[in-house]
Amino acid sequence: MTMLTPNVPFSTGQDRAGQNRGGQDRAELGRAPSPTPPIRRIPDRTDAPLTALLKSWEALLLLLAAAIFTANSFASPYFLDVWNLSDATFNFTEKAIVALALAFVILAGEIDISVAGIIALSSTLMGATAAAGQPMPVVVGVGLLTGLACGAVNGLLVTGLELPSIVATIGTMSLFRGLAYGILGDGAYTRYPEGFAYFGQGYVWEWLSFEVTVFLGLALLAGFLLHRTSLGRAVRAIGHNPTAAAFSGLKVRRIKFWLFAATGLAAGVASVMLTSRLGSTRPSIATGWELEIVTMVVLGGVAITGGVGTIPGVVLAALVMGLLTFGLGLLNVSGIIMSIVVGVMLIAVIALPVLARKLSNRMRRSTP
Amino acid sequence: MTLLNRLLKSREALLSVAGTALLGLIALRAPGFVTPGNLASVFTDTAILIILAIGQTAVILTRSIDLSVAANLALTGMAGAMLNAAHPEIPVPLLVLASAAMGMALGAVNGLLVWKVGLPSIVVTLGTLTIFRGSAFVLSGGEWVNTFQMSPAYLALPRATLLGLPMLAWLAVAVIGLAALGFARSPVGRALYAVGGNPVAAVYAGIDAGRTVFRAFCVSGLLAGLCGYLWVSRFAVAYVDIAAGFELDVIAACVIGGVSISGGVGSVAGAVLGALFLGVIKNALPVVGVSPFWQMSISGAIIIAAVLLNTRAERRKGRIILRHRATAGQEAGA
Repeated sequence: MTMLTPNVPFSTGQDRAGQNRGGQDRAELGRAPSPTPPIRRIPDRTDAPLTALLKSWEALLLLLAAAIFTANSFASPYFLDVWNLSDATFNFTEKAIVALALAFVILAGEIDISVAGIIALSSTLMGATAAAGQPMPVVVGVGLLTGLACGAVNGLLVTGLELPSIVATIGTMSLFRGLAYGILGDGAYTRYPEGFAYFGQGYVWEWLSFEVTVFLGLALLAGFLLHRTSLGRAVRAIGHNPTAAAFSGLKVRRIKFWLFAATGLAAGVASVMLTSRLGSTRPSIATGWELEIVTMVVLGGVAITGGVGTIPGVVLAALVMGLLTFGLGLLNVSGIIMSIVVGVMLIAVIALPVLARKLSNRMRRSTP
Repeated sequence: MTLLNRLLKSREALLSVAGTALLGLIALRAPGFVTPGNLASVFTDTAILIILAIGQTAVILTRSIDLSVAANLALTGMAGAMLNAAHPEIPVPLLVLASAAMGMALGAVNGLLVWKVGLPSIVVTLGTLTIFRGSAFVLSGGEWVNTFQMSPAYLALPRATLLGLPMLAWLAVAVIGLAALGFARSPVGRALYAVGGNPVAAVYAGIDAGRTVFRAFCVSGLLAGLCGYLWVSRFAVAYVDIAAGFELDVIAACVIGGVSISGGVGSVAGAVLGALFLGVIKNALPVVGVSPFWQMSISGAIIIAAVLLNTRAERRKGRIILRHRATAGQEAGA
């Protein structure tokens, strides 16, 4: 990877070249820092805090979530039932838990495609442990440790061996899920010890499910880590410019390693919940989740090029995707149509601000 | 550097040696595998992967990625099959052309979003992946197009043999030949390398970087569309989930073949060898008595090993000095 590309100095009269390059820079995978930073316009004064908040990505997502919520409650008389709303959370909390951790990885300028593979392997090993007659705490421990170990493998490949994370995790994705297939073949584990069902089906209080409680707790933790600690600042710094971050004394490799390990652990947590909820394991469990989870993070406003993004954004994006799929489900819309909606949303939500900026720039230019 | 030296250092040569060694190992267990007839059928079996990997190479060379190829294949394959089922009188070559054109149009959508709107290709193609496959569902209503609904001519084309090889294999050979020539000798092909190697320098050299990326996506889409027809007619059935997850195999083939994910490095020969490597493993596992369920993890391990080798080989001297200084600072802090 081009960690250090010499800067080509741009002098005056290079605007055309700069513009031409613009599309390409953003077109790249974002792993290699652009040779020249895009020209950043610094406004004369910043917006007042409230205005900035209203203009923010999170406000847009909140608006979207509210709109979907309202539409859902009109579309189906059963939607506003508190138990129904509680049920609605089940289809996104597991993915959202992984998305919280993956957000850190993407913020640091890396990516992890292997999360669904980790869920499958972790679930398979839990099934094997349960089949061997181990008690519930051991089964859960195996699930979490498998996740952590898989994450550590990714971390080692990316930081120790310096592989580009997208290829390394495409490889481990095959490896992890492949191991699950190798162990299980076309079989399934369906017996889990007593008490295991709680993690995916239990309720902490009335309609408040265990899954949502864990998700909310982890969201608070992630938000605190990213927005209130030096670790959070470090992750952003690494995502913006890994070289500068290394030169300013940040332990880039070590931090990245732990981010991958944490993502693996989060996948382990998700695997415990999903396995418990389904009560069975097949090697095809959580197929395609990697793309949904990445979509969730990107929809949450985390730049795929790193450095930019917030945890509230990711939480809201999870909510938007969850409400949307659940609402469409209530209307008997097939799952695959929902995926079209999510795909369109992903592109539209990211393209619209860019197009709006282009349009406003053009208008500004035409009215001097 | 002497010719021999250069040959020894080239990735393609290394991969050929590794491939031959692999075949040798397989031959120890199953001599029947390495007969010319069987190798030809392995090649035919891998033809679609080869064609897609070549398209993907064009995209990866420009520092982009196309995750939507398999979904593109499914949508064009479904559209072609339905058109054939509804209007069997349309000549097959026309349908093939239509499939390719449709695939190219879908690729152009990706390309335009990356070029004109300036979105990261990974996000765009992640979105279009779900949109294309969803559209295949909408188009078909979830129904299958079965063998008996398609015209015999539609199904026969890839199977027709010429000089002992089926047309499917000849098509792959033709694509390989055209792409090898185009990548190495045409201005558009060289632009792919220039834009991926150093976008700034490419712009100074008068290359329109955005348009080059757009073209790469069009090529990838075109080949995916062609493969849509080939896949459906070869397996004689079209349904929404055909080739699900195949995009990652395609990228894996490129990576194994030494196409650098950071752009500018790679060759058609490499991508072809990478695809063949995966094809040989897939076909050999059952023959040597390994459960096919292990295939996925084995190809995963191979991908990691291949990237490891390629990344080691890619390090250049000038950069090592800088890298060492940066990492030394890091490790002192760690």
